Amino acid sequence: MSLFNIFNVAGSAMAAQSQRLNVVASNLANAESTTGPDGQPYKAKQVIFETTPVPGQIGQGVKVSAVVEDASPMRVLYDPAHPMANEQGYVTMPNVNPVEEMVNMISASRSYQNNVDVLNTSKSLLLKTLTIGQ
Amino acid sequence: MSGRIDELFQFHQTALNLRAARQELLASNIANADTPNYKARDINFSSALQGALQGEGAQLSLAGTAAAHLQGDAGETVMGAPVQYRIPAQPSADGNTVEMDTERAQFADNALRYEASVRFISDKARDVLAALQG
Repeated sequence: MSLFNIFNVAGSAMAAQSQRLNVVASNLANAESTTGPDGQPYKAKQVIFETTPVPGQIGQGVKVSAVVEDASPMRVLYDPAHPMANEQGYVTMPNVNPVEEMVNMISASRSYQNNVDVLNTSKSLLLKTLTIGQ
Repeated sequence: MSGRIDELFQFHQTALNLRAARQELLASNIANADTPNYKARDINFSSALQGALQGEGAQLSLAGTAAAHLQGDAGETVMGAPVQYRIPAQPSADGNTVEMDTERAQFADNALRYEASVRFISDKARDVLAALQG
């Protein structure tokens, strides 16, 4: 039954988008974290989406294949008074770009909403199908 | 007589099944709107319905008479009809060919036509019942 399968497809997309939103939250929260458990400044993370086939069905879902560290260079700030400053007075800050993260957040939430709509439409179609013959 | 009743419903039943399958394809397009290199897929509904009614199956091939027609065979079939890749009007840099406005419009259109098919079947069922009960 194809319509039931839409729940799997849209559900997988919602899970993937919420993971993306989670990563954005982590990046924004740690935009100023100059040190972590390993003593290193926080590195921005990004999710990689991948198509995943649904067995025996034509539809394809989404999954997060990997969460990778952002390769962009770390931000360096001159602040000799900072406790994490090196001998030259420079502090290595996380490579989080708040503007990019905000855009990412809007995109993720819009995609999430789209999939909620898809799910609701499929649900109402299924309910209408159940009324055949009544 | 039961064979006749079966014939009565066959057209709309086939159409409903195809609409459900197409709905799933469109849902997976919307789900994969952010997946790099995902190619949006769809079926040519009218030729798919014709093929399914005639029981022709996989031999169907389309005549591309306009540049905007679907092209390229995705190698999969829905009820015997080939699944094809959509030609994007505005391709994106990450190789994804999902255009959300097109997909959402097609999704809403397909949902409405699905509901129409459900209504047709219901009406037919009511007609048959009226004939039986007098």
